[in-house]
Formats: sequence, structure tokens, C-alpha cells
Amino acid sequence: MSTWSQINLMDPSSYIMSQMNLFHDHAMILLVGIFVFVILMGVSLLKNKFHGRLVHEAQTLEIVWTIVPALLLVWLALPSLRLLYLMDEHPQSSNTLKAIGHQWYWSYELPAKDNMMLDSYMLPEESLESGQYRLLEVDNRPAVPYSFDTMIITTSSDVIHAWTLPSLGIKMDAVPGRLNSMNINPFVPGIFYGQCSEICGANHSYMPIVVEAISMEDFTNL
Amino acid sequence: VVAALTKKVKKKKYQMAAVKESGEKLWTLPFDARFPNQNQTRNCWQNYVDYFRCQKIKGEDYTPCEYFKKVYSHVCPDAWVEQWNEQRENGSFAGKI
Repeated sequence: MSTWSQINLMDPSSYIMSQMNLFHDHAMILLVGIFVFVILMGVSLLKNKFHGRLVHEAQTLEIVWTIVPALLLVWLALPSLRLLYLMDEHPQSSNTLKAIGHQWYWSYELPAKDNMMLDSYMLPEESLESGQYRLLEVDNRPAVPYSFDTMIITTSSDVIHAWTLPSLGIKMDAVPGRLNSMNINPFVPGIFYGQCSEICGANHSYMPIVVEAISMEDFTNL
Repeated sequence: VVAALTKKVKKKKYQMAAVKESGEKLWTLPFDARFPNQNQTRNCWQNYVDYFRCQKIKGEDYTPCEYFKKVYSHVCPDAWVEQWNEQRENGSFAGKI
């Protein structure tokens, strides 16, 4: 979950998310480099006393400042495409979890547990215990086994919501009348938090998503 | 040192086998090439309809039809299944069974 002074991405809990973090770092290298370069050029232009009244066409310069940005874009695009196709892989999943959005709570169905149904309401501030997170804790949270692929199928019973777990690197709209599927594979056990990510009415900010990743043994014995 | 390391490797292999075995007890819907993308709505609809069509053609005791039921109960939300069951009972179900 995010903390109050956090400016970076969350610590990843799945390999896809850690790859996204690395790609983010890669893109930031390019962006910060360009930014610093532009600032330097700007300062230099303002401060120097060179003049170029007699410069016409400047073919070499034009060629260089066309080719170099093109190469930089290729340098950005190759890891981007690699990540895009990596995210698009659909491994055969071991488990399914259905997440249905309502105004303003999530309900989950676990087909592995005879379609056990859970309604997941946010805990109001008054009933939080010491150490629990405000606006993030819920009364019931679904479990998934870690190190196994779980397919999440999300839909809505009323308006569009969005199911998201940032530390697992997923976000998907929960659209009424449609089943959207995505895969998660947490590599550590733990509790992952997220918040509804599509405006859905008065309590849109008060319908968090919490998933607990537990060992496969514990999951089968639930 | 070698003996200690071998013991560690054996323990790890045993643990991994136990995890794999418990993972194999779980069943989930297999990949269906007719619905390779994110939108699984049609997957749910098709398996629901196919189950009842199978029962109609093969009879209600024909156990291989239960595969479709297994798949649709994994993909489809309960609310959809209940609504469609009601519609079938009313005769207002949109699908051709």
C-alpha cells in the first residue's frame, strides 16, 4: 500500500510489476537525460555570446538531431514492446477469483471453494484497530495462493467500477454485462491493497480492494 | 558439507513437490482458444448454453455434460446464472437450447 509521503511506485509483489518498475526506471533515465540536456542548452543559449548570422541549412546538425532522437526512441521502444508482450501472456491459471463491483462494495466468489461468496465492505474509521489502515481495510478479504497464477474475472452489478492492485501491477474495469479477465501471480505471501479506480458515485473512494496471498497448503485447507 | 547440502536440496524438492501436489488439487477453467482475449463474457454464455443443450440432446444423466457446468460455474457470476435459470423457467431465456 502507499504511504503518505510516497512519490515512487509501490514495491512490486509480482514479476510483471517488478518488470514495470524497471521499465519505469529506464524511461525516467531517458526523460531526465533529455530534460537536463534541454536545460543546459537553454542556459548556454542565454549566456553565450556566439552568433550565427552566416549559418545556412546546417546539414550535419540537422542530420544529427534527427538521427539521435530516433535512436533514443528505439532505445525506449524495445523494452516497452518486450514488457507489453510479456504482460499479454496468458499462462494456464491454477485458480480463479471472481470480483463483482457494487455500489459501494466488492463481492467475491471463489470457485475453488464451491463458489463461496464474500462481501467486502470497507471498515469505517470507528471500527479500525490500532495499526490498521484508514480507508483501506475491509471486513472480509479473499485469499489467493502465492506463486500460483490466479485468474481474476471482474464485472459489475450496476455502474462501471475498476478492480486494481497496484503492487501486483493490475487494473481492470469492472463493466456491467461484461467479464474482464486478468492474471495475477504474487511471488510473496502478504496482504495487498487497492482502491476502486473508476468513478462510481458518492462512495467511490470508500470501496477498497484487499487480497491476501497465502500458501497453497493453507489455501486448499481453507 | 556435501551431506548437509544434499539434505537441504532434498528438503526443498520435497517441499516443492508438496506445493505442486496441492496445486494440482485445484481445478480451474482451461484455456479456450475460442475466447483468447480479455473479454470472457461469451465464454460464460457459451458454456452455460452448451450445458443445457448437451443435457437436452444426451439426457440429464449424461455425466460428460457436467464439464460445461464446471466451466460456467467458474467463469460466470452467480447472479448471472440465477437470472438465466429464472429466465429459462419462465421461458424468457434469450438463448436457443
